[in-house]
Amino acid sequence: MFWNKTVTASAVALLSAILPQIAQAQEVGLDQRINEAIAPISNVIAGTMFYSVPIAGTAFPLIVGWLVVAATIFTLYFGFVQFRKFGHAISLVKGDYSHPDDAGEVSHFQALATALSGTVGLGNIAGVAVAVSIGGPGATFWMILAGLLGMASKFTECTLGVKYRNELPDGRVSGGPMYYLSKGLAEKGKPGLGKVLAILFSVCCIGGAVGGGNMFQANQAFQQVLNVTGGENSFLAGSGWLFGLVMAIIVGVVIIGGIKSIAKVTEKIVPFMAIIYVTAGMIIIISNISMVGDAFAQIFVGAFTGAGVAGGVVGALIQGFKRAAFSNEAGIGSAAIAHAAVRTKEPVTEGYVALLEPFIDTVVICTMTALVITISGELNSGLTGVELTSAAFASAFTWFPLILALAVVLFAFSTMLSWSYYGLKSWTYLVGEGKGKEIIFKLFFCLCVIVGSSMSLGPVIDFSDSMIFAMAIPNIIGLYFLMSVVRGEINQYWEKIESGEIKKVK
Amino acid sequence: MTDQPILVGYDGTDAAQRAAEFAGKRAAAEGCAVHLVYVLEWSPYSFLSTQELEERHQRRTEELSRAEQTLKPALEALNKLKIPVTSEVRYGHSGELICKIAEDKGACQIIVGRKGGSALGARLLGSLPLTLVQASPVPVTVVP
Repeated sequence: MFWNKTVTASAVALLSAILPQIAQAQEVGLDQRINEAIAPISNVIAGTMFYSVPIAGTAFPLIVGWLVVAATIFTLYFGFVQFRKFGHAISLVKGDYSHPDDAGEVSHFQALATALSGTVGLGNIAGVAVAVSIGGPGATFWMILAGLLGMASKFTECTLGVKYRNELPDGRVSGGPMYYLSKGLAEKGKPGLGKVLAILFSVCCIGGAVGGGNMFQANQAFQQVLNVTGGENSFLAGSGWLFGLVMAIIVGVVIIGGIKSIAKVTEKIVPFMAIIYVTAGMIIIISNISMVGDAFAQIFVGAFTGAGVAGGVVGALIQGFKRAAFSNEAGIGSAAIAHAAVRTKEPVTEGYVALLEPFIDTVVICTMTALVITISGELNSGLTGVELTSAAFASAFTWFPLILALAVVLFAFSTMLSWSYYGLKSWTYLVGEGKGKEIIFKLFFCLCVIVGSSMSLGPVIDFSDSMIFAMAIPNIIGLYFLMSVVRGEINQYWEKIESGEIKKVK
Repeated sequence: MTDQPILVGYDGTDAAQRAAEFAGKRAAAEGCAVHLVYVLEWSPYSFLSTQELEERHQRRTEELSRAEQTLKPALEALNKLKIPVTSEVRYGHSGELICKIAEDKGACQIIVGRKGGSALGARLLGSLPLTLVQASPVPVTVVP
């Protein structure tokens, strides 16, 4: 209790120290200043991360290829596990194999739901809009394909996340790529490489947490709020920092102040908002069912001709792959942190459950958004990001942008909370555990909320993309070394199923 | 002496206390055992934050030991009366679990306390006695 008070007090002190400066700078356009200060840095990082080679006359970022090649290799290596074991995954989530004595522990469903609440969010609403506005409807096809392949990457990383997790003496469970990279590669006789990769991953994860997990979220949430309050003429126009400050305080109250009730309320509302969003999308699609065939035709034709898209087929492909990876985070390693806490004796069971994540996230929700945008005909309106999605839904329900604004803010908030945790785990892996060290990260995280909502979309997307994708480099190198371990886990698991040692309890 | 125990839903409240006392008298009269069940409400489909996932196992261990502590005085009281008594702590939906345990143990009856909430509250939120009266496989006694 005492600790909480001290922390809250110090957070308030810090904020009151920067507040007057913010107010002073407002006249010269604080948003613009923050933007100008950050953009050059994010440009350099994005430029390095997205080093591209020309393929068929279009710049192809190597990192996108890196993810798709990995997903394809895992798909082949595990014999299309995402299709063969889809039913088994559903059965695990339903609890058919959960021992009754384990009631009260983290269930497969809970691990999946929490991981999903970290990934389903703006990537599905704003990210898809970015993909189709740049890559045309054809980007959707490549996005779905990347989503299906990504299921194999997710399977691999989440199995390892559980296998090499840390179970602390006090009963807490902590896992993720930093642990399987260091412990797993040590088992393979490469402790040095494992350590380097684990550290590299942690550094990138902190970047991803403040980038895609924070600044992109804050930015898009502000855009949508600005949108529904009157766009250019809104009283909030040019005051992104103010919105960011409010968001930062709420995030700070939860992650620093430890006020669980706010997090609890969000956790309850977010699935509800997701259901509203999907339902609204389905209504639009069903009421325009005659246009769905045409929309799919546009998606397929666009995918293979790249008509009217900068960069043609490759342009559409890059956009689709990029946004799929950004949305479902397969191969990035983040989900392995959330999935690691599940109660199971068999790591591979959580892998099966985790492969549902890219399916729900990308194949179902992202495709739905893309269909709504394509059907609405708003694609040529010149809008992008969440504004495009908002306009597309508004063409069917005029009041929808308001609901969407609420959903966007809540999705952004819950994603920020999830990523603050991923970032924190990486931070403590690097610097060690300790209240003081954790506070430093959390304060920095809150500061980034303000920065994110102040910047224009371009630099934010570039920065968040690059940091999230950077996590995939050490993670996937590790996955290649450890995929034989996963195969061993699969074999011994199915032997137990066949021998009847593991059987359905329902 | 019958081998069909009396099942008591117990959570340490005054109402549960009354139920346990009443069950003690019935058990003494009928010469049967008492089985105390402490159910911790839990759904495997609820939502938890990442932080809660990490701490779940730790919390569960704490909750279990707290429940055992709560059961202790009731167990001792029944022991003093020379009534054979057993207990268990389970996670799940209280109504469903108590019915299931009653079947598994071959209980002769279930005894639960009643907190005396309003009828409206019980309708809206559900109440253990109401659920048991509706679904129990054996006779149910509700102690006011």
